[in-house]
Amino acid sequence: MTTLTRGPQAPAPAARARPPRRRRRPWMTITLFVLPALVLFLLLVVAPIVVALYASAFKWNGFGGLPTNFVGLDNFTRLFGTEVFRQDLWHLAVIILLSLGVQLPFSLAIAMLLHQRVRGRAVYRLVFFAPYVLSEVITGVLFSLLLSPDAGLANQILGVFGLESEWLADTGTVLPSVFLVMTWKYFGFHMMIYLAGRQNIPDELIEAARIDGATPWRVFRHVTLPLLGPTIRISVFLSVIYTIQLFDLVWILTEGGPSHASETMAVTMMEFGFGRNQVGYASAISVVMFGLSLVFALLYQRFVMRRDLEGATTSMGDHR
Amino acid sequence: MRRTLPLHAVAWIVGAFILVPIVYALLGGFKSTDQLSTNPFGLPDPWVTENYTDVLGSGSFWRQLWNSTFIAVATTAIVVLLSAMAAYVFARFAFRGRELLFTVFTVGLMFPFAVAILPIFVMLRTLGLLDNPLGVILTQAAFGLPLTIIILRGFFRSIPGEIEEAATIDGCTPFGFFWRILLPMARPALATVSVLAVVGSWNTFMLPLVVFSDETAWTLPLGVQQFQGQYTSDIARVLAYLVLAMLPALGFYAVAERHLIGGLTAGATKG
Repeated sequence: MTTLTRGPQAPAPAARARPPRRRRRPWMTITLFVLPALVLFLLLVVAPIVVALYASAFKWNGFGGLPTNFVGLDNFTRLFGTEVFRQDLWHLAVIILLSLGVQLPFSLAIAMLLHQRVRGRAVYRLVFFAPYVLSEVITGVLFSLLLSPDAGLANQILGVFGLESEWLADTGTVLPSVFLVMTWKYFGFHMMIYLAGRQNIPDELIEAARIDGATPWRVFRHVTLPLLGPTIRISVFLSVIYTIQLFDLVWILTEGGPSHASETMAVTMMEFGFGRNQVGYASAISVVMFGLSLVFALLYQRFVMRRDLEGATTSMGDHR
Repeated sequence: MRRTLPLHAVAWIVGAFILVPIVYALLGGFKSTDQLSTNPFGLPDPWVTENYTDVLGSGSFWRQLWNSTFIAVATTAIVVLLSAMAAYVFARFAFRGRELLFTVFTVGLMFPFAVAILPIFVMLRTLGLLDNPLGVILTQAAFGLPLTIIILRGFFRSIPGEIEEAATIDGCTPFGFFWRILLPMARPALATVSVLAVVGSWNTFMLPLVVFSDETAWTLPLGVQQFQGQYTSDIARVLAYLVLAMLPALGFYAVAERHLIGGLTAGATKG
C-alpha cells in the first residue's frame, strides 16, 4: 500500500482533462504495450513457420531470396518413401511408448514414495530434480563417456558380472540407452509435477477411503490416481511434445547413429538442412513435425483433456 | 523406522542412479586418464588438479561462461519486459479481439522450435546476424513470449481491480500504474518467469549451434561439445570441463530452486 501514496504525482491539469480523452487513450496504451511483443513474435515465431510451410513445396538450397523451383508435394512423397525417415517415425513411437510405459509410471511411483513422511525427503527431491537443470549437452557428453564401450563406467561396473554391452554403438541397444539418459534427466521433472498434483488432493479423501477399509493399493488405484488425472494428462502431453522435437540429446550422444538406429526427425532435418543444403526437403520434415505436434495437441485437447481444461495451452501456468 | 526402511532403500537406489554419474565426473576430473581405467571406482590417487586448473587457466572457458551469461541475462530482460507489457493489456483491458490476440500467443506454445530453425537461420543470415549474440537473444526471447505472457497474465489478473481504481483516481496513468504498482506487486511472478527464462537460455544448444560458427561467440554448451571432440582420448580432462560447466547451473538451482520448481509445476497442476 505504501506504493499507492506515491501515486498522485501526475500534474493536476492532466487529471482534469482526462474524461474526454479516456475513450481514446486505452487504444494507444493497448497498442504501445502489445506491439513490441507482437512484432517480435510475428517476425521470429510465426513468419519462420509460415516460411517453412512455404519452402516445403520447393526444391531450395536456402540461398538467393525466396525459393522459385516449385515441386509441389514431391518433398513429402520423397520423404515418406525414405527408409531413414520412416525409421524416425518408428523411433518416435518407441520413445513415446517407453516414456509413457516406463518413465512416467516410474516418476509417479517415486512421487508417491516421497509424498510419505520419509525422513530427508526434501533432500531426495532436490537431488532427483537436479539433472533437469543441466543442459542436454552436458548430460549427453557425460553419458557418452559413461557408456563408452571400453573405458566407460557402465561397462566397468557391469564387467564384474560379465554383462558388458556396446550401449550407444550397437543398433539394438542404442535406443534404450538414449531413453535411459532421457529418464535420468527428466524423471525428476515429472516427479515434481506429480508431487505438486498430489499435494492438491485433500488428505481427508485418502483418509476416508482408508477408514472404509481400502488397502493402500486400492486407495491409490481408485482415489489418488483418478484425482491425479489432470496432472498426469499434462505430463503426458509435455512428454509427447518434447519427444516429437527431440534433438540435442541424440545429437550429442550418437548423432543419430549407428547407421541411423537412433535418428529422430529433428536430426534428419538438421542433416539435410545444414549438412546438405537441401532446405526445401528439410522444411518438409519440419512441416511433418509441426503437423504432428498440432494434430496431437488438438486431438489431445479435444478427447483427453476436455474435462480438465478449456485448452491445454491456454491453461498452462494460468493461475486463475 | 522399520516401516520406512523399504522406502529409504528405494530412494537410495534412485539417488545413486542420479548421483553416481555426477560424482564419477567430479572425481574423474581429479584423476589422470590412465587412473580412470585402472582405478575407476576409488578415490583419485594421487589427486591430479591439472585437469581443472588447465580449464580454468584457459581463456575459452571463461569466454564461453561470459557469453552464456550475457545471452541469458539479455534474453531474460527482453522477454520479461515485453511479456509483462503485453500481459498487462491482456489482463486489465477489455477490448474487442483481445482473446483472439491472446490465443495467437498461446498457440505459440505448441510450435516446436525445431520447425522454425531453418527459416530463422536463413533470415538471420540475410540480416547479417549470424555470429551475433543478438540473433540468439531475439529468437529465444520471441519463443519465450507465450509461456511468460500466460504466467504473468494469470498473476496480473489476481491483483484486485480496486487497487487500479484507487491509483487511477489518484491520477495515475496506465503506464504509471504498470510501472510503479503492478510490476513491484508482481515481483514473485517476475522472479519465477525470469528463472525459467535464464535456465532455458542457459541450456539451449540447437540455436547457438547453427548461429555461431565463430569460436569467440560460443556459449558453454557449444564449448562442452567441442571440447569433447577435441580431447576424445583424454577423458579425465573432458570430465573436468564438464564439472566446471555444470557448476553455474547447479549453483543457480541451489539459489533459485523454489522459483524454478514453483514455476514449472504451478501451470501443470492448476487447470
